[in-house]
Amino acid sequence: MASSNPKFAGPGPDQIYLDHLRQQNFSLPKCLSCGEFHFFPRVVCPHCGSYDLEWQALSGKAEVYSTTTIRRKPERGGNYNVSLITLEEGPRLMSRVEGIDPELVSIGAKVSASINNEGDEPFVVFTPMQESK
Amino acid sequence: MSHELRGSSAIVGVGLAGCGEAPGRMPLDILAEATHNALDDAGLKLSDVDGLFTGSSYHFMPTLSTAEYLGIKPRFSDGSMVGGSSFVAHTLNAAMAIKNGLCDVALICYGSNQRTAGGKLATMSEQQIYEAPYKPRYPISSYALAAARHMHQYGTTREQMADVAVAARQWAQLNPAAFARDDLTRQDVLNSRMISDPLSLLDCCLVTDGGGAVIMVSSERAKDFPNKPVYLLGTGTAHWHRQITQMPDLTTTAAVDSGKRAFAMAGLTKDDVDVVELYDAFTINTILFLEDLGFCAKGEGGAFVENGGIAPGGRLPVNTNGGGLSCVHPGMYGIFILIEAIQQLRGGCGARQVKDPEIALVNGNGGVLSSQVTTLLGTEATL
Repeated sequence: MASSNPKFAGPGPDQIYLDHLRQQNFSLPKCLSCGEFHFFPRVVCPHCGSYDLEWQALSGKAEVYSTTTIRRKPERGGNYNVSLITLEEGPRLMSRVEGIDPELVSIGAKVSASINNEGDEPFVVFTPMQESK
Repeated sequence: MSHELRGSSAIVGVGLAGCGEAPGRMPLDILAEATHNALDDAGLKLSDVDGLFTGSSYHFMPTLSTAEYLGIKPRFSDGSMVGGSSFVAHTLNAAMAIKNGLCDVALICYGSNQRTAGGKLATMSEQQIYEAPYKPRYPISSYALAAARHMHQYGTTREQMADVAVAARQWAQLNPAAFARDDLTRQDVLNSRMISDPLSLLDCCLVTDGGGAVIMVSSERAKDFPNKPVYLLGTGTAHWHRQITQMPDLTTTAAVDSGKRAFAMAGLTKDDVDVVELYDAFTINTILFLEDLGFCAKGEGGAFVENGGIAPGGRLPVNTNGGGLSCVHPGMYGIFILIEAIQQLRGGCGARQVKDPEIALVNGNGGVLSSQVTTLLGTEATL
């Protein structure tokens, strides 16, 4: 039976996140009590415990928090990057930095988000941000 | 006033089995043999066991499958699953159960055939849907990300991490039961195949078979057994995340909290500790835990371990069996650090024996630096 509480009505946060990405929109829940965004999306704010959340679009601006190159044989596709990315809005997620050799991705580098639509479902990747003067 | 659980229970039996390779044998076969050896060590029978504490990567309901296999009907069972740290955490739950009369003879046990079953990490873990698109290698990439961040933030080097592996190997060379005992240099580690930067093959623990078992009883009864009892002085648990993306700071683990809790229960400080057994799934673990448990300041773990700092004859004896890096690591390693600490406190560890230790610290790790469990064990003199 569907929840009678409107806060919990409709699809859950995993579904909403993905639906946004399918519409080329990178959004996360923002807490209306403490003002913090969180990732991965939940029905409760992990910072303060509030259930009053609102989906908001993100700027896409972010920074590499940590990075690793996973070694893979060339015939299997070669080395690839896995990074932890801290969004300008605060949350951290796993992703990869594209458009640069995996070994050259550096901690602290500024990156910007885009949505990769090549797989079965869209997911967020990052590319190095052009240095602004 | 000291905590009521401090010294209230004691370990009177330990057993190992199948460490290295145990071809053709299933996880519960190995667990049962380790249990046999621990009961034998304590002079007890299977029918004496009325408390069961176990975890598994093979059995969804591990206490049910284990008790069924062993043919026991425990009065109290606990299958709390916090990955490789589970068996260290079980010491606290066993102490509570014994103290409250819920069981008299607690068996903490584990067995795995990870190596001969094909070398893959057996797991019943759910897929992490927000990580899967990026194909991290589980679990090494999570530890690699922590290592990379520690290097960035504190200048820790691959050479320092390599020295963790070299120290473990030097201890293993003093332990006839260790799996990897060939000479190993810092350069060997640095030259080994890179897997997930900055961690190379020899920064990673072994993949072996193996099982272990520990028998705990109340301290009042502990002297009725053949071995010198080893007393549980304190255990603290802590967990701050499950997936690596959720770890608040990749250079600081929840061992900060588990350590404080264990030391508080035991009424001890790090200066009281004579021997240290840390869950070294990867070389970075040892550095992180030495910092988080207070053996050195945050960021100074690399300097602490380099050039033989934790090798035999170094400033602190750490991972005296050779660790998960060189002794044994069958999927989950927690029971083995517990057993090595107990054996050190009993004495009789031969060439690797630390001189007259009274207090041992054990730190179990589970998940991806996720669960931390710290236990302090002591001889009768520490009661």
